[in-house]
Amino acid sequence: MASTAWIVRYLWLIPILPLLAAGVGALLKQRQRRFAASIAIGSMAVSFVLAIAAFARLLFAPQRLFVNFPWMQFGSEWVKLGWVLDPLAAVMLVMVTFVGVLIFVYSAAYMHEDENFTRFFCFLSLFAGAMLGLLIANSLLLLFMCWEVVGLTSYLLIGFWYHRPQAAAAAKKAFLTTRVGDLGLLLGMVWLYGQTGTLLFYDHGAGCMEHGPLSQLTGKALTGIALLIFCGAVGKSGQLPLHVWLPDAMEGPTPVSALIHAATMVAAGVYLMARVYPLVGASADTLKVVAWIGALTAIFAALIAVGQDDIKRILAYSTVSQLGYMMLGIGVGGVAVGVFHLITHAFFKALLFLGAGSVIHGLMGEQDIREMGGVRKWMPITFATYAAGMLALCGFPLVFSGFWSKDAILHAAHEWNVSQVPFYLGAIGALLTAFYMTRQVCYVFFGTRRKGSVPEHVVPAETSASDPHEAHHESPAAMTVPLMLLAASAVLLGFLGTPAWPWLQGFLEMKAVRANLGAFTEGSMLLLMLASSLLVFAGLGLGWWIYGRKPIRHAADADALEKLQPALFHALRHGLYVDNLYELTVVRLIRWIAHVSNWFERWIWSGIPILVSALTKGVGWIDFSLDRWVVNKGFDEGCDGVAGGGRLLARLQSGLVQNYLRLLAAAVALLTIFLLLGHKG
Amino acid sequence: MTALTGCLLASSLLFAIGLAGALTRRNTILVLVGIELMLNAANINFVAFWRFGPHSSGATGIIFVLFSIGVAAAEAAVGLALILAVYRHTKTTDLSRLTGRPQ
Amino acid sequence: MRLMSAWFLLLAGITVAGACAAMTLRNLVHCALAVAVGFAGIGTLYLYLGAQFLGLAQLLVYVGAIAVLIVFVILLTRGSDPDLPQPAGTLFLGIVVAGGIFSVVAWAALHSFVLREAAQLAAAPTVRQIGTELMDEYVLPLEVIGVMLTAALIGAAIVAMKEKQDSR
Repeated sequence: MASTAWIVRYLWLIPILPLLAAGVGALLKQRQRRFAASIAIGSMAVSFVLAIAAFARLLFAPQRLFVNFPWMQFGSEWVKLGWVLDPLAAVMLVMVTFVGVLIFVYSAAYMHEDENFTRFFCFLSLFAGAMLGLLIANSLLLLFMCWEVVGLTSYLLIGFWYHRPQAAAAAKKAFLTTRVGDLGLLLGMVWLYGQTGTLLFYDHGAGCMEHGPLSQLTGKALTGIALLIFCGAVGKSGQLPLHVWLPDAMEGPTPVSALIHAATMVAAGVYLMARVYPLVGASADTLKVVAWIGALTAIFAALIAVGQDDIKRILAYSTVSQLGYMMLGIGVGGVAVGVFHLITHAFFKALLFLGAGSVIHGLMGEQDIREMGGVRKWMPITFATYAAGMLALCGFPLVFSGFWSKDAILHAAHEWNVSQVPFYLGAIGALLTAFYMTRQVCYVFFGTRRKGSVPEHVVPAETSASDPHEAHHESPAAMTVPLMLLAASAVLLGFLGTPAWPWLQGFLEMKAVRANLGAFTEGSMLLLMLASSLLVFAGLGLGWWIYGRKPIRHAADADALEKLQPALFHALRHGLYVDNLYELTVVRLIRWIAHVSNWFERWIWSGIPILVSALTKGVGWIDFSLDRWVVNKGFDEGCDGVAGGGRLLARLQSGLVQNYLRLLAAAVALLTIFLLLGHKG
Repeated sequence: MTALTGCLLASSLLFAIGLAGALTRRNTILVLVGIELMLNAANINFVAFWRFGPHSSGATGIIFVLFSIGVAAAEAAVGLALILAVYRHTKTTDLSRLTGRPQ
Repeated sequence: MRLMSAWFLLLAGITVAGACAAMTLRNLVHCALAVAVGFAGIGTLYLYLGAQFLGLAQLLVYVGAIAVLIVFVILLTRGSDPDLPQPAGTLFLGIVVAGGIFSVVAWAALHSFVLREAAQLAAAPTVRQIGTELMDEYVLPLEVIGVMLTAALIGAAIVAMKEKQDSR
């Protein structure tokens, strides 16, 4: 219901402020770095404060408040847009603005030497504004518009260093792959509008997420629309099979990877599913599809992450895997389960990315973990915070937030009455997560610093400082303070959703909850917690055994797993060849179509104007020839004829008297004949 | 064929001969001669009609011819004087060379 | 008397012959003499037709003066050189034209209605009659022709005179 609370009426300020900062930033010169950073960070901070205010408004009175306004007239109908403030939106707002402010501050230090500093902050603000707009949108149309802008800024930021061909290619790949998903979303949106006549989520009972319009949808339409909307989420959140863009997106600067490809943009897909859950949840088939795809993505990406050598790519595949978990959570357990993991994941994944950025910054742009080693010794804060994030991701029991959120998902999967396979897949995925994270940490932070040529290419993207030898010191405070804040969140947030006190779940579902320690003993909860803890320890142990005991000495040494199973490791390193498959099929097809279109364009569509022009030229040539050979010549001939005739006649004026006489006589003779003939008798 | 017709035929024959000569001879003097012959042929006509014509009266025909002879004489004199003058100037009496154009 | 008599034919024949000769001979002096013969023949024709005064006037003027004048001029203008013939084309054309005119007039003469009427013979006038008519009826043309002859005389003399510059 509409409310006159100030914060609700002015909720739109939250996205508008960063957008304004982006607008101003676009006009700034490259030299005005401090100003650009200040307005970006400032606007984000103000948005954070407003988000806190909105959250506070809802904290003790969870309800859904919205404001709709008419936007455009289509014939006799009005298309309306609006914004909504409900627990889901409030929680997401706080998360995005908080993580956003921290990452903005981090970027000011990280991108310090980059010459396109102002452009970077302009794009970041634009992204933030669009993302926040997406979160509060009460209309699927407005959500879609913000969705597209988010995709655009993702493209701009991935390809920030556009003069690097890999970055440009990665940006293009990201855009095109998410486009495939967006097409599904658009179709679903149009279908939904056709069926219900409105795209507003909540509109006093007339919104498309409310009971009335939803009940009008038939089973087939419901499933169809839900699946199409899910397509959009698949693209944006990097689910199988559209996950291929996320690892390549690591070509962008690390703050971009942290903000967009860990915490926020990729979460937009999960958020979308949460938003349209009334629709999606009504279709059991769609939920099954969501759960299965989520589970498969989780295990698939976790496997691939084992074989990666780039510090950011490991984290990227990890993100894909965790997004799969979130989708699984939504599919089996509902909004609260998935969103809980989304929130905790945002914090610790951002932490991990920023920590990786700190390491890269400290090692002058080195990104290959085989070249790193022993960083723990001179970057203690980075190491500590990174370890916290890593343990949270693995789901280290009880202390770290990841444990609680992942457990909630596994619990829901275990309780799923359709199939137990996703549960087992999730469990194996947890094991693998712990394994590959341990592998990464051992390579990076433990052992000794390795330097040397690496057989495969991992070209360092971030060309930071100018001095040739590494500064063996910790990163500046602007970088470490956000790390520490995020690490704290990685621990503390978990306690918001424990089964004993599922505050977050209750808040999201707008139910009151009470602390109940007895919840632990319910059902198989304790058993599950034990099982997952064991899995985590097993993974950590295995990783330590293989990588931690005997860290490799030289960068060119083969990985331990590689020695055991070279073919399998090779496949994992190359992403289980999904990219190659796409290259062979989809990309080839598209290239062929492009060739055909080009041929068409060149010969047929262009052929027509060419033909017309040739025709015109031909006509012109004919005209010219006619003019030259017929008209001119004819004219010349005529003139010659006249001249000749004149010359002929001139011969009459010969001056010879007798000629004249002859003519006279002849004329007289003729005249006489005529007269006589006329006058016969 | 009456006498009149015979005279007329004769005069027309003379006329034709004079005309032919005037048109074809190259010497200017002979052209004049041709002209004289033509005049004479006309005179014969006059006399013939005076003599045999339907309304012959008095001496009209003769007087006419007298005048004609006088005129012819004057014209011949002047013409021949002209020929002489031209001859002195161009040293030729060839009509085909006596054009108005510079040779 | 039969008018289409042999005399007439003879006289007409001589005249025509002389004229032909005048117009065809190469030697200019021969032409002049031939034309004199022609003139004489015409004079005799006049006499034959009863115009005595006229015939004698013709002989006096034409044969005596004009023919002589022609001879003089021929001789003065190198008449001894033979006259070159025209190119064949113009010759032919001239003859054709003349022939055309002759045929036309002859045809008219032979077929005209005027000529079918009976001929009336006129009385031969005396000299006195001619003189009287000249002074009475035709006095104006007489005077005019006198003036004209004078002018012609003076003109011819002047034109034929040698120019003073040439003699120097």
